[in-house]
Amino acid sequence: MTSKDQYALEVNNLAVEFATYGGTVKAVRNVSFKLRKGTTLAIVGESGCGKSVTVQSIMGLIPMPPGKITSGSALLNGEEILGLRQDRLNEYRGKRIGMIFQDAMSALNPTMTIGDQIAETLIVHRGLDKKSAWAEVISLLALTQISEPDRRALQYPFELSGGMLQRVMIAMSLACQPDVLIADEPTTALDVTIQAQILNLLRSLQEKQGLSIILITHDLGVVARMAHDVAVMYAGQIVETGSVDDIFYRSAHPYTVGLKDAMPSNKTVDQELRVIEGSPPDLFAPPVGCGFYARCAHAMKVCENNTPILFGTNHVARCWLHHAKAPVHPLQQSLKVPYQSTSIK
Amino acid sequence: MIIEARQLRKYFTIAKGQVVHAVDDVSLGIEENEVVGLVGESGSGKTTFGKTLIGLHDKTAGEVFYRGQNLPSHYRAEDFKKQASEIQIIFQDPYSSLNPRMTIGEIVAEGVLIRDRCSFASVRDRVVYWLERVGLHSDHLSRYPHEFSGGQRQRVGIARALIVEPKLLVCDEPISALDVSVQAQVVKLLDELKSSMGLSMLFIAHDLSMVRYISDRMAVMYLGSLIELGPADNVYFSPKHPYTQLLVKSNPEPDPEYERQRSDALIQGEILSPINLKPGCRFAGRCPLVEARCREERPLLREVAPGHQVACHLVN
Repeated sequence: MTSKDQYALEVNNLAVEFATYGGTVKAVRNVSFKLRKGTTLAIVGESGCGKSVTVQSIMGLIPMPPGKITSGSALLNGEEILGLRQDRLNEYRGKRIGMIFQDAMSALNPTMTIGDQIAETLIVHRGLDKKSAWAEVISLLALTQISEPDRRALQYPFELSGGMLQRVMIAMSLACQPDVLIADEPTTALDVTIQAQILNLLRSLQEKQGLSIILITHDLGVVARMAHDVAVMYAGQIVETGSVDDIFYRSAHPYTVGLKDAMPSNKTVDQELRVIEGSPPDLFAPPVGCGFYARCAHAMKVCENNTPILFGTNHVARCWLHHAKAPVHPLQQSLKVPYQSTSIK
Repeated sequence: MIIEARQLRKYFTIAKGQVVHAVDDVSLGIEENEVVGLVGESGSGKTTFGKTLIGLHDKTAGEVFYRGQNLPSHYRAEDFKKQASEIQIIFQDPYSSLNPRMTIGEIVAEGVLIRDRCSFASVRDRVVYWLERVGLHSDHLSRYPHEFSGGQRQRVGIARALIVEPKLLVCDEPISALDVSVQAQVVKLLDELKSSMGLSMLFIAHDLSMVRYISDRMAVMYLGSLIELGPADNVYFSPKHPYTQLLVKSNPEPDPEYERQRSDALIQGEILSPINLKPGCRFAGRCPLVEARCREERPLLREVAPGHQVACHLVN
């Protein structure tokens, strides 16, 4: 099987900068990842780590200037999609890659009915006439299990709740039957009960339509429920990637461990939360060495001035602890377990 | 008991004949040095309960006792002045709750300046102490809110509330605007202050795991009603009310193996509008176990295990 058949999206060495009055922000620094067909890749990280900028560059949504993609490639089913002209961009954006956002209310047009907004996509991209577009709108809305799809299509965004708006966004992003769906914090603004409904919906759509999903989130609980593979981002770089089990049970990077320990788990009653001291580095002048150096409990001398290389093959960590010359450390065991791809029910 | 709400009710009239039942006959007490976590979906009335409890909303009915003293149902300016040094609140939104035209120093000092009628110079050291206590720096004194991140602003809000050394702190979603690692910092700080200052807290949040972590007791609200109350671990690990059971089942756990075995039994539909509610159990419309009497008679809180109260007809 060639990589084109195996991966829906392959991103290599992506680097993005923004020119600001304060200087150049190196928001994304040499990010590479692969999205296996029909699976979910979660990109996890805290605000400002570059996770949204990464997917926005892939979608061609970065305003340039001030933004600039300084290097890298993104292959959608083997075809390069970075740096396309506007007209070529519109052929895949919305059509072959759909996107949903955290704030569905502000992503929708408040002066158009739900139905008209979804129909617009169908008329522009799929060339449907008005009447068949409307029929398709209703069936798309029904697909998202929204209550009373016929009535919702005639309503305006302000009349719907956050959960319903997120269903509308999903209906709209699926209108052109994309191969890849990018979901940027789709449930962050929702209640847990509604979050569970939306996550279930995404999972059943994946099963039915073979969707490949990139899920951006900071919630490790959502990652555990949804992801097959995970990429952990910190300070503009991916610091660890692997299957969801690798990341949770065999974490190889101190930052991944820190994130896990900072979240309460309900498995043990008397868990002590551990705090990651300090704050992320300034990306105006990213550290010469490891981005996590200043906050890392296991930092060594080499970490201060040398950016770590990637260690491991399928489960990969950007950390000097895995170098052959590093002193013995428990995290080193993590990369020695053979990779198994995870399947989710 | 440091504070006790008895049959507290807050209705809002939004139009002729349209009444929002935001808080409906909620009775809830907080012991000295206790943290009570209050959870529920948006629209369940948890923030309104917190604000009505400390007088930021007028009460529609019911009473609130602070250390045995009956608090007024409508606060005048003097009441706030008297109460504010003992009862404080951390607001949910760290962006809109800080005055953009005041410096961090002015914001944090304001409470003490009003209470003690003294000069800024005399309290400067205390302001710096509290800024450092919450992980900020004396350099930040003369900066403005817009120069800070969400997490830092939330900590300014905490310093502002704690500088008057209150006895009771209402935390209204203090961590929902923060990143995971910063959430842990804030929760640890509050936990530590609880022990060192003997603080009592009402901790309002929708993150069940975090609430279970920090709270002694957990209270669950649904459409203005208090439906379950008990020791936090009991409520989380053996919930009695059908709604609490579904809420806990929906809560994502950072553990892939656990998530793969999770059942898909989900709560259907969405929370109803709290306008002109019908009689009967508030959860009847979405409850998988609903019976005829649930739609007619509103269940009251009953004790089902020591210290564990539930409002459901079907729980024995």
